[in-house]
Amino acid sequence: MLELRAVERVVGGEVHIEATSLVLEHGSLNVLLGPTLSGKTSLMRLMAGLDRPSAGSIWFDGKDVTGVRVQDRSVAMVYQQFINYPAMTVYENIASPLRVRGADPAAIDREVKRAAELLRLTPYLQRTPLNLSGGQQQRTALARAIVKNASLVLLDEPLANLDYKLREELRAELPKLFAEAGTIFVYATTEPHEALLLGGNTATLSQGRITQFGPTIDVYRRPADLVTAKTFADPPLNTVPVVKSGSHFRIGDRPALPVPAHLAGIADGPCTIAFHPHNLALQGQHPASASLSVRTATSEITGSESFVHVEFEGSRWVMLAPGIHDIEADTTIAVHVDTRRIIAFGADGRSIAGAAA
Amino acid sequence: MARITLEHIRHAYGLRPSRPNDYALKEVHHEWKDGGAYALLGPSGCGKTTLLNIISGLQHPSEGRILFNGRDVTELSTQQRNIAQVFQFPVIYDTMTVYDNLAFPLRNRGVPEAEVDRRVRDIIEMTGLGDWAKKKARGLTADQKQKISLGRGLVRNDVNAILFDEPLTVIDPHMKWVLRSQLKQLHRQFGYTMVYVTHDQTEALTFADKVVVMYEGEIVQIGTPAELFERPKHTFVGYFIGSPGMNVLPADVDGSTVKVGNETIALDHKPRVALGASIELGIRPEFIALGRQGMSVSIRKVEDIGRQKIVRAEFAGKPIAIVVPEDGEIPAEAKVRFDPAGINLYADSWRVELGA
Amino acid sequence: MEKTWNNKAWFMVLPVLVLVAISAVIPLMTVVNYSVQDTFGNNEFFWAGTEWFAQVLESGRFWDSLARNLAFSAVILAIEIPLGIFIALNMPKSGWGVPVCLVLMALPLLIPWNVVGTIWQLLCRADIGLIGYGLARLGIPFNYAADPVHAWITVVVMDVWHWTSLVVLLCYAGLVSIPDAYYQAAKIDGASRWAIFRYIQLPKMNRVLLIAVLLRFMDSFMIYTEPFVVTGGGPGSSTTFLSIDLVKMAVGQFDLGPAAAMSIIYFLIILLLSWVFYTVMTNYGSEK
Repeated sequence: MLELRAVERVVGGEVHIEATSLVLEHGSLNVLLGPTLSGKTSLMRLMAGLDRPSAGSIWFDGKDVTGVRVQDRSVAMVYQQFINYPAMTVYENIASPLRVRGADPAAIDREVKRAAELLRLTPYLQRTPLNLSGGQQQRTALARAIVKNASLVLLDEPLANLDYKLREELRAELPKLFAEAGTIFVYATTEPHEALLLGGNTATLSQGRITQFGPTIDVYRRPADLVTAKTFADPPLNTVPVVKSGSHFRIGDRPALPVPAHLAGIADGPCTIAFHPHNLALQGQHPASASLSVRTATSEITGSESFVHVEFEGSRWVMLAPGIHDIEADTTIAVHVDTRRIIAFGADGRSIAGAAA
Repeated sequence: MARITLEHIRHAYGLRPSRPNDYALKEVHHEWKDGGAYALLGPSGCGKTTLLNIISGLQHPSEGRILFNGRDVTELSTQQRNIAQVFQFPVIYDTMTVYDNLAFPLRNRGVPEAEVDRRVRDIIEMTGLGDWAKKKARGLTADQKQKISLGRGLVRNDVNAILFDEPLTVIDPHMKWVLRSQLKQLHRQFGYTMVYVTHDQTEALTFADKVVVMYEGEIVQIGTPAELFERPKHTFVGYFIGSPGMNVLPADVDGSTVKVGNETIALDHKPRVALGASIELGIRPEFIALGRQGMSVSIRKVEDIGRQKIVRAEFAGKPIAIVVPEDGEIPAEAKVRFDPAGINLYADSWRVELGA
Repeated sequence: MEKTWNNKAWFMVLPVLVLVAISAVIPLMTVVNYSVQDTFGNNEFFWAGTEWFAQVLESGRFWDSLARNLAFSAVILAIEIPLGIFIALNMPKSGWGVPVCLVLMALPLLIPWNVVGTIWQLLCRADIGLIGYGLARLGIPFNYAADPVHAWITVVVMDVWHWTSLVVLLCYAGLVSIPDAYYQAAKIDGASRWAIFRYIQLPKMNRVLLIAVLLRFMDSFMIYTEPFVVTGGGPGSSTTFLSIDLVKMAVGQFDLGPAAAMSIIYFLIILLLSWVFYTVMTNYGSEK
């Protein structure tokens, strides 16, 4: 169990990580999700022991490891860049952490072959990394991290430099690797989509602060505040400031939307409501759908779906509609919000009541 | 703006190519229309960047000719071709202000200063860099720098084409949405001929009118996003476009039915298949309906990715993926039905026309 | 990678500290000691205070030498920096030419300084030297031993031959680190050769140029061996730089006190000028 207790990192007066407390269990997959410079890498460096926290302490299995050097901890790290020993074969690359530890040759051979099999590197064991594709190079780095059998494995955007399709393949394999080992995995990414595909737990980061930590799908469906909801949305979250008054959300004097059942209990007054682009549709599919009239901007078509950018009362929204809809810009159309999925946030940005599951 | 004609273009990096596989770019012979938005999509090493550099003149093709509006430009330099190009990593002139960076391509061409000022102001407004106009470009963040690179490409209104080489790689997901829709809007507004290289299907499909899918130095299909989605010409296109990609299952054709393992699926047409070819059935996860009726399937895993669920299952002994909407239910004794409109047949990996 | 906290690191730098103390600090203190006392040998010392400093600063000889030094450094920098940049820009960026050029460039740097002096002394002799004889045959009587201008030309050309390579190698290292995309983008933007140099290559060479200017300034300001071998400071005192003057005073005339005072002033001038150079150039780089 890795535990961060009120860990802070301040460099030259600039706060990189605000006081953070976090408990990560053995055998868990934990995603750090946030945009560039939100503190993902800083947090990982603290976990690894590459940086010392300015305040707070780090505990591992009930022992304070705050001042312990990274060499003396059981940590493996995989980076965005493909880092391998260029002069060694793939086999030797994977074997290197075991050789350092002085394992016996038979055990090394067994471990290397097992990892190679898992990551589909068996045909390439005798090649050097530079003769491999990017995907195979990163698999080699992953295999090395796995044979190290470290109690903490940190993956810092490991798929960011790979082709889209390769990412998809490796992403599907990674959870299997995680499930087999009893280690703590920490995985940093900028992409909400990736966090959802990986599952496990997610911590959303914004400006050096963890805004929420919990099971991935829960964080996605029930964000604690607006910042978390926005961090965890791709395509971007649709938001609009409204005033709740009785059974309606008002914009100006006009009732804009009916208040759905799950939000009926919240107090009257100003709030911000939000929902995901796929909860906006051209047809009302459900009795709880409410109609709005919006002005269109551009439409983007992906082949099976369309992203229609629209404007509603000064807010820019995206609608993700199934099928192909090349709607002319600057026309007024009716769209339907699935009100069951609306999330409301108070003036302080905190979630007032989560969306229905 | 120009119509771009590629005449029998081939390119090899080695000196004496003899076999087809010596070519990084196998024969490309196409015409791209004036004012079109094209995306070159494919995995790394498929030749898409080579093709882009041949169009911009940074590389000279081993064989073939390039024409802009019918005029041969094969021997012309990049400057003479009068194109703009945006690279994967932001290229900015560190010592200049944001304003001067944007004005650079115009001043180099002796555009009068009043005109320079007018156009640079337009671009600054468009990219939202107003607050930084008078600042040195070196202090900016990666996506601001990339906006400058984009801006430098857009500031000249007399270019023959604007080429993009994976321009959004360094941009955060949220910013990608903004920049992409801005590009799209600009294309609508000014009718530039645009060519966009990427390995990201979402970028390619949303940006382009026509997507050019490349694989191992060859163009395997050119089509609208809908064509690529519904009628992939090659199993590679089916796999590469869509997330998850198309399910491809080994099959046998018998009249107007297909057999996959022990399951028989009726087609709405009778396909004409050459004897001896290896036949595969392709169906996208979106065209498989999960319910209580149909063919039997055993579910292995359900991935809840928020807006939809991806069901990994085994069908006739082969793994398949099925997409279920956010509210869709997954019955315990699940069965599947294939939407006939979503079925494609492949003989030796190439699509068989169903009409007959 | 950022290092973690560890006080053991101090033990690692201890040997260097000891070495620096022995090689620099102790001799420097000895010089300070000499500069404030008078001695006639026999280890007898008399307190002299600032007398030697005053004497050095009041002597025309010191100021003349200093002026010669400054002029020499200015000329050297004015020739070697642009020439070095020019050569670096025209060196091949890939192919077999790269190692050939690099070895050719490195050659003058590998020759001991007094040998450089001897080579040029021989080359420029009017009776047997290739250059001296050649010039004489062309009707130009070249004599570095008699004509102060000729002596200067010889010393400057020698220094340029010896040290321009250093500037070239530094600039070349800066140039090859520029990604190709920059040149491609500049082509597309229609930039002229000059604009590419001014807005891409020069900014990217900024740091190495700073190092080149500093090194060349310090080295040229301290020049000793080569002119000593070639001209011996003459004719007259036309190539007597501070360093040569200093040796004449200390070893030739055995005026240890004034010589020590002069070394300290010399040292302070170099320190001051290097600092000024460094500050001005780094500020220029960061603010512009």
